[in-house]
This record gives sequence, structure tokens and C-alpha cells, in this order.
Amino acid sequence: MNKPIIEVENLVKRFGELVAVDNISFSVAPGEIFGFLGPNGAGKTTTINILCTLTKPTSGRAIIAGLDVVRQQSQVRQLIGLVFQDPSLDERLSGLQNLRFHGLVYGMPSSVREPRIEQLLRMVELWDKRRSKVQTYSGGMKRRLELARGLLHHPKVLFLDEPTLGLDPQTRNRIWEYILELREREGTTIFLTTHYMDEAEKADRIAIIDYGKLIAMDTPERLKKMVGKDIISVKTDDNDKAAAEIKLRYQIEARRDGDGLSFEVANGEEFLPIFLKEFGTRILTVSLRRPSLDDVFLKLTGREIREEETSDTFRAMIRQHVRRMRR
Amino acid sequence: MNHLRGVYTIWYRDILRFWHDRMRLVGSLTFPLLFLFVFGSGLSARMGALGPGVDFTQFIFPGIIGMTVLMSSFMAGVSVVWDREFGFLKEVLVAPISRAAVAVGKTLGSATIALLQGMVILLFAPLIGVSLSAGTVLMLVPLMFLLAVSLGSFGVLMATRIRSMEAFQAAMQMLMFPMVFLSGAFFPLQGLPTWMNVLVKLNPATYGIAPIRQVVLGAESSSAYSISLFGQTLTVWNEVAILAIFGGIMILLAIWSFGNQE
Repeated sequence: MNKPIIEVENLVKRFGELVAVDNISFSVAPGEIFGFLGPNGAGKTTTINILCTLTKPTSGRAIIAGLDVVRQQSQVRQLIGLVFQDPSLDERLSGLQNLRFHGLVYGMPSSVREPRIEQLLRMVELWDKRRSKVQTYSGGMKRRLELARGLLHHPKVLFLDEPTLGLDPQTRNRIWEYILELREREGTTIFLTTHYMDEAEKADRIAIIDYGKLIAMDTPERLKKMVGKDIISVKTDDNDKAAAEIKLRYQIEARRDGDGLSFEVANGEEFLPIFLKEFGTRILTVSLRRPSLDDVFLKLTGREIREEETSDTFRAMIRQHVRRMRR
Repeated sequence: MNHLRGVYTIWYRDILRFWHDRMRLVGSLTFPLLFLFVFGSGLSARMGALGPGVDFTQFIFPGIIGMTVLMSSFMAGVSVVWDREFGFLKEVLVAPISRAAVAVGKTLGSATIALLQGMVILLFAPLIGVSLSAGTVLMLVPLMFLLAVSLGSFGVLMATRIRSMEAFQAAMQMLMFPMVFLSGAFFPLQGLPTWMNVLVKLNPATYGIAPIRQVVLGAESSSAYSISLFGQTLTVWNEVAILAIFGGIMILLAIWSFGNQE
């Protein structure tokens, strides 16, 4: 691993009694896609806000490209790009004007700025709409414009706070194509937060955060291995007979699962072809499911990540704080 | 250098937005022009002269200029609250420009627009029989600009503390109209009841409108339109100095407060 581009050591952020970020440490390598996964209000946005100099940490250190985010704010700001959870465009101006404003603020000379704007607007397929006011754009177009804007000044690190929240699946896929293309072409490091499992899967490494604490950090593959085995579900002519045969052949106890059976095996992809070949009872349908990051979260916390909208006062309080800061 | 670029960019965006929204200019002129022509013409005949050879319409004309500048410069605060509401402020706050530059840029942006609107009102001078020389106009520009910057930075200061659009608008109504009505825009400053006299003299807008009137009505030497404070008759320079001190404090507070918000 190269020298890390983001280094976070024992980061703490308190809002009064509340510990929103609780002693977090991690580092991110240049060119890596690093994902923060956790329910709403787990401390993801607070961490991002600290890293991009919007919030001061209570204690601990955060370094980006060798620069301290508290003491060297403006140098850090020059190096990072951001796409926020909530839109942050000037809706009264056109897409082009929004990008020009950004280029001016970041001190880009027009000889660099103008070609770069064209390149990015073409990449996110907004070149034809560049002179329209942003208020006429759809949600997906606005997000794409924000992505282009976040990239305009060639940031070393791009922060994406829930980049596809509230977008339809098609637009989400397009956004991800851009993100991957970008890493490929410019080697940008990408730090993203999400509570979508499928989105987290695309990261090189994931940190799972809950109640402000980092509870796991690894590649998606290895995190899922932690949960254990793959799950195979079968429907057969005679489930009782099939269950007996599974027990006899593989010494595995199959569970009733709806009108079929399911059981766990260590290496589903290799197991399945053998199973289909040698199994005696007639199989109607079969499916193999890998453990998801949802299962990982479930195993680590005993809760599902999507069960987050509860009357959990801790989260409600954090959300309120974050919202207040965002204003 | 960095600061200047920041101020310029923030200023430029506000001007650009204003340019896109030219109807705002027309809309914001309706109120002052109604005042000037309806109110003025309606009362002029019955009021007689309010100064040497100055009728009521001519008397309130500088007041209307001041009112237009004041009301328009307050928009600096509105635009900060607006940017926060629509999320754009975040883009500005993570940019590599200082918070001070943002506060100053916002103030200067709305001051420029306020100045422009004040100038448009000046165009109506011939219609009410006030003649303005090029020299007078040149003197009015810095006076209007000072008033706009002073109250604009006051608006920005308020916007750093009052976060919601609704609350800000309520606060503005509560401050702006008393400021306009208690500034001597519509009446002479002599012979006021004590309570009113105190409020008028405490109102910073008073010190912006009096010099505009003295310059427009060309009565710099006469004390008819000047402010007397503690038995002293203030000169135009005294008034400008008082307003400048107020404006200086406001802009420092606005910069400080802007830098301290999360």
C-alpha cells in the first residue's frame, strides 16, 4: 500500500452529551474507492464534514495528502471535491454558469477551466443542456452536474455523501459508471458514504459504522466471508425425502423455507454443480445466495441496516445535529 | 490575492443573478415610485414649502432614494439565508476562499445592486422639478454606496444568526420599516416629539439619508435638512463619519460572525 492519502486517527466529535463520531481511525490509499456504510445517523456525514473542513473535530486528527484538516483548511479545500447529500447548486444559473463559478472560486485560469468544463459536461451528458437554468433539470441531471462540478478542479480526493440517494436505479447505474470511469482515468481517490448495500459492494474497501463507532473494515468479499457460508435454496418434488438425502450425503441439516428447503454450504459456487449432478430427488428450482453486506451488518449489530427508521433517540438526535449543520 | 478573488467571485455571482432576474428591478421600483408620485403629489399642494423653495415631493425625493437603497441592501442578508436554504452556501463554504471574503462579497454584491436602483430613482428627478448636475450625481454615488454597505453588512450579520427564511423575513419587516419611517425620509427632523426624536437619532439610516438630502437639494450650507445632536448641528462630513463608523463595526461583526458559523 502506498502512503495513505487520508489518515484518520482517534477522531472524536461530540455534540454536547452526544458522541456522533466515537474514536474512529482508518486510512485510505491513493486511488482507492473507500465506502462508509451504516444506517442514517450513524456518524457518516459528520465524519465527511470533518474531513472536508466543514466541522471541527472534538479531538483526534485527520490528514489529507499530508495536510491537517483543521490547521491547513484552505489547502485541504483546494485538494478535495464534494458531492453533497442535498443539492447545492445555484438553480437560477445555468449548468455552465455553475461550473464557471466553481472554476473561479478554485482559481482556475480560463485556459484550463473552459476545456475542462466541456470535457466534464460531455462526460455527464449535459453539454447540450449547458445553457439551461438548473431549475429546469431533473434530479438525476442535477446530481450529474454536481458530480461534474466536484471534479472540475482535479481534486485528489472526491467525497460523495450518499451520491445516489433518491435517484432511480437507471440513474444510479449511470452515476456509478462515471465514478468508476473517473478512478480509471484520473486516479482520483473516492470516499463515499451510503446505506445502499449494492452500492457499498462497489467499493474496494468498506468501513461499517454504527453509533459513531467503526465496527468492521475490510474488502466487501472478506466482510461477507466473515458471516460464513453461502445459502442454497431448493424446491423439490418431495421435500422430506430431499432433506433426508441432504443429511445423508453432506451431513447438513436443511431448514424448511417456505415451500422449499434451504441449507448453508462453505463454497456454494463449487458445490452447486456437483449437487445438481449427483442429487437423487427431482429438483424443481434451485438458487444460490451469497451472504450480503446486510447479513454482515446483522451479524455485527444484531439489527438490519434498513430497520433504521425507528424511534431510536440517539439517531434522531444526530440527524438533527447534522441537519442543523447542513443549513 | 486569494481574498480578492473570493470577494470578486461572490460579488460577480450576485450581479449575474440580478442580471438574470431583471424583473426584480422593475418590481422593487414600484413601491418607491408610488410613494414619490402618489404620496408626494397628493400631499404637495396642501403642505406648502418644507425648505427654501422645496415642496413636499421634492423634499421626500432624497428620502425615497435612501429608502430604495436601504431596502435593496438588506437583500444581502436575504440572499445569504436563501443560499443556505437551497444548499448553495455549502458549495461556497467548502471552497478555498475565506469566510471573510464571502461576507464582504455578499455585502458588496447587494450594495452594488442597491446603488444601481438608487441611480434609477435619480432618473426621475427632472419629473418633479429637481435639477441634478453631474457633480451632484458624483457626490451621491459614494453616499448611496456607504449607506448600502453599512446596512448590507448589517443584513449579513443578521443572516448568520437567523437561519430560516420565515424568521429572517419577519425580522426584516420588524427592522426595515421602522428604520425607513424613523429616518427622516418623509419628514423634517426639527420639532419632533421627544420619543421620536430619540429613535430617529439612534437610527443609522438617518445619518445616510440626511447627507443625500443635503446634496440633492443643494442646501449644504443651510441647516434646514441637517441633524442636530446634543445641541450641535452636524455637517455632511459628521453624518458620513457616524454612518461610516456604524458600517465599519457592522462589517467587522458580519465577518466575525460569518467565520464562526458551522
